[in-house]
Amino acid sequence: MILELGHFALVLALAVSLAQMIVPMIGAHRRDTALMGVAAPAALVQFALVAFAFFVLMHAFIISDFSAKLVYDNSHSEKPMLFKVAGVWGNHEGSMVLWVLILSLFGALVALFGRNLPDTLRARVLAVQASIAVAFLLFIVFTSNPFLRLDPAPFEGLGLNPLLQDRALAFHPPWLYAGYVGFSMTFSFAVAALIEGRVDASWARWVRPWALSAWLSLTIGIAMGSWWAYYTLGWGGFWFWDPVENASLMPWIAGTALLHSAIVAEKRGALKSWTILLAIVAFSLSLLGTFLVRSGVLTSVHAFAVDPARGVFILGILIIFVGGSLALYAWRAPVLKAGGIFAPISREGALLVNNFVLAAAVAAVFIGTLYPLLLDSIGGPKITVGPPFFNYTFAPLFVLLLCLVPFGPLLSWKRADIAAATQRLFVAAGLAFFAGLIAFAFVYEGPWLAPLGIALAVWLVAGAASEIAWRTKLFAAPLGESLARARRLPRSAWGMALAHGGLGFVVAGIVGVTAWQSELITALAPGESAKIAGYTLTLERVGLRDGPNYEATGGVVRVDRGGSFVTYLLPEKRSFPAERQEKTEPAIHTTGVSDLYVVLGDRVEGSKWVMRAYNNPLAPLMWLGGALMALGGVVSLADRRFRIGAPLSARARSRTVAAE
Amino acid sequence: MTRKQRRAAFIVTGIAILALAVGLVLYAMTDSIVYFYSPSDIVERGVEPGQRIRLGGLVEDGSLKKLGDATVRFAVTDFAETIPVTYRGVLPDLFRENQGVVAEGRLAADGGFVADKVLAKHDEYYMPPEVSDALKRTGNWQGEGAAAPHSQTYGQGSYP
Repeated sequence: MILELGHFALVLALAVSLAQMIVPMIGAHRRDTALMGVAAPAALVQFALVAFAFFVLMHAFIISDFSAKLVYDNSHSEKPMLFKVAGVWGNHEGSMVLWVLILSLFGALVALFGRNLPDTLRARVLAVQASIAVAFLLFIVFTSNPFLRLDPAPFEGLGLNPLLQDRALAFHPPWLYAGYVGFSMTFSFAVAALIEGRVDASWARWVRPWALSAWLSLTIGIAMGSWWAYYTLGWGGFWFWDPVENASLMPWIAGTALLHSAIVAEKRGALKSWTILLAIVAFSLSLLGTFLVRSGVLTSVHAFAVDPARGVFILGILIIFVGGSLALYAWRAPVLKAGGIFAPISREGALLVNNFVLAAAVAAVFIGTLYPLLLDSIGGPKITVGPPFFNYTFAPLFVLLLCLVPFGPLLSWKRADIAAATQRLFVAAGLAFFAGLIAFAFVYEGPWLAPLGIALAVWLVAGAASEIAWRTKLFAAPLGESLARARRLPRSAWGMALAHGGLGFVVAGIVGVTAWQSELITALAPGESAKIAGYTLTLERVGLRDGPNYEATGGVVRVDRGGSFVTYLLPEKRSFPAERQEKTEPAIHTTGVSDLYVVLGDRVEGSKWVMRAYNNPLAPLMWLGGALMALGGVVSLADRRFRIGAPLSARARSRTVAAE
Repeated sequence: MTRKQRRAAFIVTGIAILALAVGLVLYAMTDSIVYFYSPSDIVERGVEPGQRIRLGGLVEDGSLKKLGDATVRFAVTDFAETIPVTYRGVLPDLFRENQGVVAEGRLAADGGFVADKVLAKHDEYYMPPEVSDALKRTGNWQGEGAAAPHSQTYGQGSYP
C-alpha cells in the first residue's frame, strides 16, 4: 500500500510541476501577481511530494520489502544498513528519484529564500526549474517506475553489486547529483534572465552562490569517485579518462568557468551574456552526463544494460533543453546591455583568459569523449580514445592555465599593473624553482617533466599564500596589524586562496603517482618476502575471514623498512555469496606523503599467492588537495555577502530612508 | 587603448587559445587512438605487430593458465578465429572463461597478443557492446539470455 502511495505522490508531483511550469510564466508575462504567486507554494508542495516518494522508497529498502521489484533487484536482507540505504540510489530508477528530489529541493530553497528577488524573475526561475522537473518526472513515471511490485514477493533479494558496497561510493552519487542539479539552478536563472531581457545585480548575486555550491558538490563527488577508484580497483590508478568520468569532469570545468565569470558579472557588471551562456553550457553538460551514464551508449563501469526507450527519452530531454535554451540565447542575448569596460591586463581580463582556456579544455574533453560514439554511430571503425589523447590535449591547456592562476587574484579590477603583480610573486617563483631543482637533483627515475610538475604545484600553493600575505601585509607590517587584517579579510578571499592552493596539492599528487609510482608483481608462498621502494613485504599467512555478507581470503603482510617493523597490512579477496561476485580489497599504509598499496591476487602453482604492491609517492596530497578545494568552496559560500540579502529588500530600503 | 583595440586583443587571445586547442586535438588524434579488433579482424585484415590495439571476444573455455610468476595465458575467440594472449598481472575480479573480455596491448611477431590491460566489465548476462557486435558479425551471437537487472551492470567491471 505504502509503495502505491509513493507512486501516487510522484504522479501528483508531476501534476504540480506542470502547473508550476505554466501558470507563473503566464503570470510573469501579464504582470499578474496572483498567477505569479502560484510558483512558490507549488515549489514547496512539489518538494514535499517528491521527498515523500523518496522516503517511501528508502523505507522499502530499509525494511527489505522484496515485494518491490527495485528492492528485490538491488538489495539483500543481510546487507549492512548503510548499504541498504545507499542501495536506494545504487540503481537506475532510485537514482533518478534522487535526481528529482535534489532538483525540487533547490526549487523549494528559491521559493523560501528568494523574497529579495524581483517578482517576475522569481516566478520565471521557478517555472523554468519546474519544466526540468516535469521532464524528469515524465521520464521516471513512463520509463523507470521505481515502485513496481512483484507478486508473489520473493523471500530474498539479489543483492547490490559488491563494488558499490563501499563507504565512499555510498555518498558519491548524492554529491555528484547535487552538483549536476545545482547547475539546473544557474540554468533556470539564465533562462529566466533571457526571458526577462535584463540582468541586474541581484541576478548575479544569486547565480554566484548557486554556481559555487554546485561546483563544490561536484568537486566532492568527483574526488570521492576518484578516491574510491584508487582504493578499490586495485592498482592505485585514480583517473582513467573513462567516458563516464569525463561526463562529470565536463560540467565541472564549465562550472569552474561559470564560477569565475559570475564574479565579473557580479562585481563589474561585465561578461553578462557570456555568464549566461556558460550557465546554459554547464547544465547542458550535466544533462549530457546524465544521458551518457543512463542510456547505456557507453562501455563503462556505470553502463547499464541497454534500454533504448530510456536512452531516446533522455536524448529527447537533452535536445529540447539544450536546443531550446541555445535558441533562446541566440534570440535574446543581443538585448542584454553590455556592462563595465576593462583593459586587457586587469582582473576581468585574467578571468576572461581563464574562461577561454577552460572552454578549450572542455572542448578537448568533449571531442575525446564523443568522437568514438559519433564514429560508431555513423558506422565507422570502433575506436577507443584513451588516456594519451587527454594527456596531449587537456594536460597542456591545464598547465598553461595553472601557470597563470597565481597572477589573477593579484591584478586589480579595470586596469592592472602586471609588473607589480609579478613582483609580489617573486618569492613564490623562487620557491617553485627550488622545489623543481630539488626534485630534479634527488629523484633519478621518472620522466623529466615531473620536476616541472612539482615546481608548478609549489607555484600554485606559494602563489595562493603570497596573495594572502600581500593582502594582510604579512612581514611588511607588525604582526598584530597583519592578524587584524587577516580577520577582516572577506571569507571569499580565504576561500579562493584555499581552492587555488588545494589545486596545487592535487597537482603534486597527480605528478607523484603518475611519474614516480613503483610497481611490484610477484608470487609469494607464505613466509617469503619481496622488496619495493625500500619496504620489505613478507607474506606471513593467508586465511579465511568472515564479513557481514561476504567471506574473504585474507593475507597478512608484514611491512618492514630498514630492518624495523612498520605495520601489518591485510589485503583481502572477498567473495559475496548473495551476489555471486568477487571483489579485491587492497590494503593501504599511508605515511601522509606516500601510500604503500598491497593487493592479494589469485593462488597459483606451488601454493603461492600472486601479490601486487605499489608505492605511490605524494598520493595522499591529491585527496588533501581535493578536500582543500571543497573547503575553499564552503568558506566562500559562508561569505557575509551571500548571507545578508544584499541588495536590500524594498522594505529594508524604505526603513533606511525613514531613518535618515 | 580604444574600445576597438581592446576587443581585438581579446579576440586574438581567444583565437590563439582555440588554435592551440585544435592543434593539440589534431596531434593527439593521429597518435593516440586505439582501434578495436575481433580475432577474425586480426586474421582477415592483419595488424602490424607493435601497433596498439584492443582485442575483444570471449575467453575460450579451458584456455586460462596461471603461471608461477604472476603471468597468465588465455585465448580470445569469436568462434571463427582464436588469438592467444599473454598478460602479466592480476586479472580483474569479473574475468571468467566463456565470457566477454577486452584486452589492450600489442600483437607480437609470433601472432600472439601481449596485453598490458585486461578489461572485463560484464556478468553472466552482459557483455561489452564491442564484443557482442563482433560476435554478431561472425554469426556466433547466442543472445544475452534474460535481461540483466540494472544492479548487475551498474558500476561493474574493472579498469586496467
